[in-house]
Amino acid sequence: MAVDVTSSPRARAARTRSGRLQRRTTLTAYGFLLPNLLGFLIFTFLPVLAALLISFSSWDLLRPPEWAGLANYQRLVEDTTFHRVLRNTVIYVLGTVPVQMAIALLVAMALNQRLPGRLFFRAAYFMPVVASTVAVALVWRWIFHADFGLLNSGLYMLGVDDPPSWLQSTRWALPAIIIMSIWQQIGFSMVLFLAGLQSVPPHLYEAAKIDGANGWHRFVHITIPMLSSTTFFVLVISIINSFQVFDQAFIMTEGGPANATNTLVFNIYRYAFQFFQMGYAAAMAWVLFAIIFVVTVVQFRYQRQWVHYD
Amino acid sequence: MTEPRLAPRPRRRGRRQLLGYTIGNWLLALFLVPTAILMLMPFVWMLSTSLKSAGAVFEYPPTFIPNPVRWDNYLRLFEVLPFARFFLNSVIVASSVTLLGVGTSAMAAYAFARLRFPGRDALFLGYLGTLMIPAQVVIIPNFILLRTLGWIDTYQALILPAAFSAFGTFLLRQYFLTIPSELEDAAVVDGANHWQIFTRVILPLSGPALSALGIFTFLFNWNSFLYPLVVTNSVSMSTLTVGLNTLQGQYNTAWTLLMAGSVIALVPVLTVFLFAQRYFIKGITLTGIGGR
Repeated sequence: MAVDVTSSPRARAARTRSGRLQRRTTLTAYGFLLPNLLGFLIFTFLPVLAALLISFSSWDLLRPPEWAGLANYQRLVEDTTFHRVLRNTVIYVLGTVPVQMAIALLVAMALNQRLPGRLFFRAAYFMPVVASTVAVALVWRWIFHADFGLLNSGLYMLGVDDPPSWLQSTRWALPAIIIMSIWQQIGFSMVLFLAGLQSVPPHLYEAAKIDGANGWHRFVHITIPMLSSTTFFVLVISIINSFQVFDQAFIMTEGGPANATNTLVFNIYRYAFQFFQMGYAAAMAWVLFAIIFVVTVVQFRYQRQWVHYD
Repeated sequence: MTEPRLAPRPRRRGRRQLLGYTIGNWLLALFLVPTAILMLMPFVWMLSTSLKSAGAVFEYPPTFIPNPVRWDNYLRLFEVLPFARFFLNSVIVASSVTLLGVGTSAMAAYAFARLRFPGRDALFLGYLGTLMIPAQVVIIPNFILLRTLGWIDTYQALILPAAFSAFGTFLLRQYFLTIPSELEDAAVVDGANHWQIFTRVILPLSGPALSALGIFTFLFNWNSFLYPLVVTNSVSMSTLTVGLNTLQGQYNTAWTLLMAGSVIALVPVLTVFLFAQRYFIKGITLTGIGGR
């Protein structure tokens, strides 16, 4: 819709015509936008701004909010429980993401072969992804039961006399939640890896074989680099999701014992909806955002060193 | 591809076979079968426990086949808490959010992808800017807003704030941009307006993106827990996940009941998944959504 800049009467007439047309397009556009835009403004955009203001206030919902400046953020710096929560969340992310991705890659490579029953296997690995976390967290709580759980029964049979009491143990509760989360996330990464593997041109492997490269060399020099953009994507998404862990910690341990499984989002939930300290909870939520943001930006910055796009 | 084989397939050089499978296949199976069993074990254990008698639950060594089979655990489940109501609530919430979300996102995405208007880029930047902000940031102001409106414990509180995600609009806009605009030119020549182009050209061409967004919006909201936990407080407005949590609060160690409740929450989603596996997988690889 290039508009002529000359000022002949014809051009001017064309301009007003196109002006009228543009006004109509604008109206149409906002008509299309309106339902979504209204919902987005009311329930996402304005709440984001409100959350920022709330984080600088002290508000228990009974009395009107009071301006608190940076007090909530200062309190975070000194709050040892919050430090514990941060540590738990980071351990959770580091314990879940790499293991889950490594297993997913192995499974994807196995399923990328011509194999009878491929669809069955793919469904088996993927089922935990579609399952409700609350429902599967309940069965894992039962599996991890110290006395009658399936896991410890199995360990007794293998001759382990003194298996951990898992969810009741300050030492083993977080690893238990990590194990459950690895189980739940493998399928998602596997599907993406499988799609990535299928887009690697087979002639690369053929050529490498002719050159005498063995299976390990083909894996290191073809599969890994050709998959790097998929790996990057899976890594970014998995880390973002893992920092937001909540359902497992709520259902399986309620953050306990003694804060051993208290995670960032669980702590936000407690402060906002059990203690009604809206300002402090909002400040924690912004710290969560800041962490996710920085970790993601850093990954994008350093991707050049290991990610190849073709 | 399916031509009948008359002669036995010639063996490939250097590959020995056992019962028609190569050694490599057997090694793969040796890895895949045990891990697949581990993946399925929790589901089997859940189903098995849900059908056991209260005493059989604590037997050692544990057995997978319940004897006797206690179907009445499920009857009892529906007596202790209104699970039919939870089920209905989850259906209402997840389908409303999906219809409303996908419908309005598609319209907004059309405007962003196909129309020029003042403020377009600024608005789109606003959408993009909120993509990375975790839901936990907005849940606090939304709770306060819903409380002020007196909407806590209502369907509109469960549905509206969940329905207008920036992500859906972003995803569909990107998809619409890949549709060549020549396809619309013919419609324009025929005098079609934008609504007709949207409904008769763009939407029919966007099946994969719309179904992926629809499937995962439904799934996400069916499984959603934190949000419905916060905006409801009566038993009759609970969704399945919140109902399960209530059940756990009341019958903390009644494992047969807890597992029966979990089975009820999983069965619809897993059934749909098993029949429509292809669409789930395609949806993930197309959009990258579905992880947690």
